[in-house]
Amino acid sequence: MEDVLFNLWFSRQTHSLQDLRQAAVTSKVFVQRDYTSGTICKFQTKFPAELESRMDKQQFEETIQTLNNLYAEAEKLGGRSYLEGCLACLTAYTIFLCMETHYEKVLKKIAKYIQEQNEKIYAPLGLLLTDPIERGLRVVEITIFEDRSIGSR
Amino acid sequence: MKNCEYQQIDPRALGTSNTRTSTTLPCGRKNSQRLRRKWEVFPGNNRFYCDGRIMMGRQCGVLPLTIGLIFITSGLFFTFDCPFLVDRLTVFIPVIGGVLFVFVIMTLLQTSFTDPGILPRALPDEAVDIERQIDNSGSASYRPPPRTKEILINDQVVKLKYCFTCKMFRPPRTSHCSMCDNCVERFDHHCPWVGNCVGKRNYRFFYAFIVSLSFLTSFIFGCVITHLTLRSQGVNGIIQAIQDSPASVAELVICFFSIWSILGLSGFHTYLVASNLTTNEDIKGSWSSKRGEESGNPYTYNNIFTNCCVVLCGPIPPSLIDRRGFLPPDDAPQTVTSDTELPPFMSKNDANMCTQGTKELLQSMALSTVIQSTCTPGTPKTAPVTQESLLRTVSITVSPPNRPPSTGCSGHQAQRPIDVSCSQKGNKRSAHHTHKPMLRVSSPPYSLSHSPLILSDGPDMGFIPLN
Repeated sequence: MEDVLFNLWFSRQTHSLQDLRQAAVTSKVFVQRDYTSGTICKFQTKFPAELESRMDKQQFEETIQTLNNLYAEAEKLGGRSYLEGCLACLTAYTIFLCMETHYEKVLKKIAKYIQEQNEKIYAPLGLLLTDPIERGLRVVEITIFEDRSIGSR
Repeated sequence: MKNCEYQQIDPRALGTSNTRTSTTLPCGRKNSQRLRRKWEVFPGNNRFYCDGRIMMGRQCGVLPLTIGLIFITSGLFFTFDCPFLVDRLTVFIPVIGGVLFVFVIMTLLQTSFTDPGILPRALPDEAVDIERQIDNSGSASYRPPPRTKEILINDQVVKLKYCFTCKMFRPPRTSHCSMCDNCVERFDHHCPWVGNCVGKRNYRFFYAFIVSLSFLTSFIFGCVITHLTLRSQGVNGIIQAIQDSPASVAELVICFFSIWSILGLSGFHTYLVASNLTTNEDIKGSWSSKRGEESGNPYTYNNIFTNCCVVLCGPIPPSLIDRRGFLPPDDAPQTVTSDTELPPFMSKNDANMCTQGTKELLQSMALSTVIQSTCTPGTPKTAPVTQESLLRTVSITVSPPNRPPSTGCSGHQAQRPIDVSCSQKGNKRSAHHTHKPMLRVSSPPYSLSHSPLILSDGPDMGFIPLN
């Protein structure tokens, strides 16, 4: 799956498709969840050692922090979520059949954000972020590709 | 190269593009197979209906009994008691009863059919990474590396346990349900009455169900008592009243016995909601102060109202298992040890596989992408094995070479006993069965010309011909 994603990613770049197809997956880094604030979805911002040679620590932390903020927004308890919950209860929860929940809307935002990050920052460095929702919100998987002729950016 | 319009492919939508590209698969097979959805290869003990839209626990438990009792009691109420009460009292009685009844049924169905918050199992890459971390952190000692991890939540030490089935450290408040064989977030309990686990995503439905059910049973109980009282006043006493309306007595009995348990349960769960606890934690006494140390529940907001709001009206996270997503078939080649093996293999399939075999094959291919090769690496000796090699890759993480059972189709010589129990139907079931280490095949061994490799190395990737 990653290969397909990766290939499609680069179809927009100036690299030749052959180069990209030949890029092999060197390794994968997994950024685990940070449970210190409870069960909310939050990822550790600690910079993995394997990425030290590939990218800037600041950039990585910023990406993870933005993701954390987005997830916090999805799970935020406030007037809006309570209203949604009460309305749902009154309609015996059938409202979920026609309405998209706030959480789902934020997840779409997150998917878009990850796509942008991949396009702008990670792909040129030979990295690929996988949306955590595809891993059950357990990890942020970063695939490290072989750094070949990806010199021109 | 070409600057084609890029659209990030959502793996969930991969299916739609794949159906068009399936004709380009490097195999001679006809483009007749459909793409598998993820629910079909789901490793837990769950049943799926309506193409993955509805799911429940494997044993439906006494759900039919629950539904039956509710329908029968309500049916008797509306048929025998309501006409009398409408005459004597008010028309609102059946209206209220009707509303309560509908609410009860809907919340019951939602509790039963919703994903309780199942965590998908870790993929092999992740599992390996975690194992490596565990090994690194453990001291070079005589005992096995620790399988628990301690973290601090709100200044409270919480132990995270490693789940051997799902191959990951369980998040806090998550527990592995042995009935459903899944890790469930904020696991409350497995309820046989609803035939499903109660967890993060369906707890509020469950709570709404038991509360509305207690209202319904109390309401019916009250109405029946009123009915019998009014009837006995008018005519010849209570005996005549009972003879006139025997159904009421049945309802009375059912309601009387249910009320105690349902009201008790509602009260208990109200307490749990108010203190933001789960049944699991309460029973185990995880946060009780009886332990002597200063341990309180780290998840509570210390305010009854806030706790209630959070538990009952908080946001519902979406299902993490993506039941209806498509499995990418492109990963099939990964499961074969050498790429060159695939094409010849495939062409032979057409001749040798029956439709069931094709299904099993696809399933294996799909599974293999999900559960890669965690089984001991066996190198296929010969290229032309094909179906077998594909099938094999399926395997099952937990135990060494399990062959997907294929009754009737497998003509293969088994090195070890295999229970072929499933199969011709329920692809999902066969995936499930592959978990079982013991498989017994009763068919006599016969070698297939195109499959020289068989289970000669039993413990590795066993190849079973599916034909």
